[in-house]
Amino acid sequence: MIEIVSSDRCIACDICVKTCPANVFDPVRQKPPVIARQSDCQTCFLCEIYCPTDALYVAPCAEGPTGISEAEIEAAGLFGSYSRELGWRRGKPGGSDKDPTFRIRAAPR
Amino acid sequence: MPTLRQLVYQQRGAEVLDLVADVLVIGGGPAASWAAVTATGAGARVIVVDKGYLGTSGATAPTNTGTWFVPPGAGREAAIARRQLLNGGLADPRWVDRTLDMAWQRLHTLADWGYRFPRDDSGKPYLANLRGPDYMAFMRRRVLRAGVAILDHHPALELLVDSGVIAGAAGIDRQRNRPWRVRAGAVVLATGGCAFGERILGATGLTGDGYLMAVEAGATLSGMEFSAQYACAPKQSSLNKGMPFVWASFFREDGTRLDSVGKERQVVVAQALLDGPVWAQLDRGIPELKQWLRQAQPNCFLPYARTGVDPFTQRFPVTLRCEGTVRGVGGIKLMGDDCSTGVPGLYAAGDAASRERLTGAITGGGGPNSSWAIASGSWAGRAAAEFAARETGRIRDRRAMGLGRAGLRPAVSATSDSSPDDILETVREEFLPLERNFFRRGAMLRQSLDRLDRTWAELRDHLPGEGLGAVKSREAAALTATSRWAYASALARAESRGMQRRLDLPAADPEFVCSFGVSGLDRIDVTRTAIPGAAVA
Repeated sequence: MIEIVSSDRCIACDICVKTCPANVFDPVRQKPPVIARQSDCQTCFLCEIYCPTDALYVAPCAEGPTGISEAEIEAAGLFGSYSRELGWRRGKPGGSDKDPTFRIRAAPR
Repeated sequence: MPTLRQLVYQQRGAEVLDLVADVLVIGGGPAASWAAVTATGAGARVIVVDKGYLGTSGATAPTNTGTWFVPPGAGREAAIARRQLLNGGLADPRWVDRTLDMAWQRLHTLADWGYRFPRDDSGKPYLANLRGPDYMAFMRRRVLRAGVAILDHHPALELLVDSGVIAGAAGIDRQRNRPWRVRAGAVVLATGGCAFGERILGATGLTGDGYLMAVEAGATLSGMEFSAQYACAPKQSSLNKGMPFVWASFFREDGTRLDSVGKERQVVVAQALLDGPVWAQLDRGIPELKQWLRQAQPNCFLPYARTGVDPFTQRFPVTLRCEGTVRGVGGIKLMGDDCSTGVPGLYAAGDAASRERLTGAITGGGGPNSSWAIASGSWAGRAAAEFAARETGRIRDRRAMGLGRAGLRPAVSATSDSSPDDILETVREEFLPLERNFFRRGAMLRQSLDRLDRTWAELRDHLPGEGLGAVKSREAAALTATSRWAYASALARAESRGMQRRLDLPAADPEFVCSFGVSGLDRIDVTRTAIPGAAVA
């Protein structure tokens, strides 16, 4: 589930408010959005990659919040890690041309 | 004439957003996108409304999906014939062929538009795979470029009708708490399947809303008994993505290995999960797979990376997640090649439509469903545009009556003891457990159906559907209704076939090489029909 909106990283652009398919966030004027409906999060990780400043963290546990802290995420280098692996940058798509799935499909089973 | 997007802007301060379009598409995934682009190409003015955000909504956006991509010719005939042997004899080769044909064309169109496919070793674009986030971000730009007005976070709550002809839909802007109404010459339902409240990425919000709206309008569903598709996932995660598990070994709690090689993985794991925890390790692939899987399926590896597990060398607990009709089969029954539903002016596409003719009794997960979304979206979009063209000039003048009942307008009084969340829990309890849905028994199906029928009667009579609360209330109504349609169909199909696994009737019965249609809200009617072109099982 979505657990952290980093106030250090967030620029209050509200792109996550717009792009979250489950409408989890509420905007706050000139401030980072708040996680208003956490239990509606479907743990799809897409808010992370649409965030232009890597300010969001979704924990892989879909059943409920884990209580992980911003400091732990920062220390582990996990902010923006999914975007980097995909090749998305500053909230914009990239890297689909490097997807090696066709090799996986041809691999021996 | 102002554009639809200008009209939306002009009404930004109005109490109700009230628009007129030729075609209204409801949904925000690939089928909705292709329907919108195709309808616009056929000359229609198009509005898309979605519960979420076109680009991130639906089961495709968070994933990496294959396409069923087969060139025309003898190879295609062979591919269709191979699949006919697996699908329980319920698919229609003509529909399979036309789906493959349309997907083949449209995937080339996608390449021509500039979607960045990877290139294989011969330098040719590899069109048999789409990376969900990129594909759907790309489709959003195409839909906008076509001039379509996209209304994100505008869930549809009900269809509108005039003298038996669909006249649009109404709902609420859930971010501004403002009602909306779109009167349209035709409506395409591309609202996805139903995951029955399971926590899986892209599908928790797929609650059968389109099925409920369609049945309220008089449509029939089919293939709803094929709603028992489950996928392996790391325990507690949302990652119902099967590909890495192709190379997994599975273990019981005591460390003994499950005999899964060459068998249907889900069935082996499901049987073991009934007895206790199951662990997996991705230890069966060639060494290069590690890098490819990590690079190609990075979201599948988030649970490991973020909890410090190396899935290639360490065992981790797994579960099975219910994928309902998302990767199951059932949905709105299509009455013609144009994706019409039998209700004038109403069309269905993608997972909202039944995929029985494409995939029979087995999952269309991955490639087939992805190609189906492209093909059915394209057919439905064109047909809706043509239907609307015959209505042009009259759309604005029609009386538009709302068809929504349960969860919106309680039949007796808005005094429910149960909240939408309580109802969601009931549906989860009756539909998600392996011992109820994955492995089915007549007696247990009847027991679940009794409880769900009572839940339905209570919510129909008393669940309030005011303001923003109507969104969750309607979802609760749709989830309950869809569970009932699925289990009523599962009882009617008194045999096992494909993903319908009846422990009390374990064999396939040649009498049941047929399709079951299901309709009705308070009283559910199940009717059997022959399948044109079906092989005898």
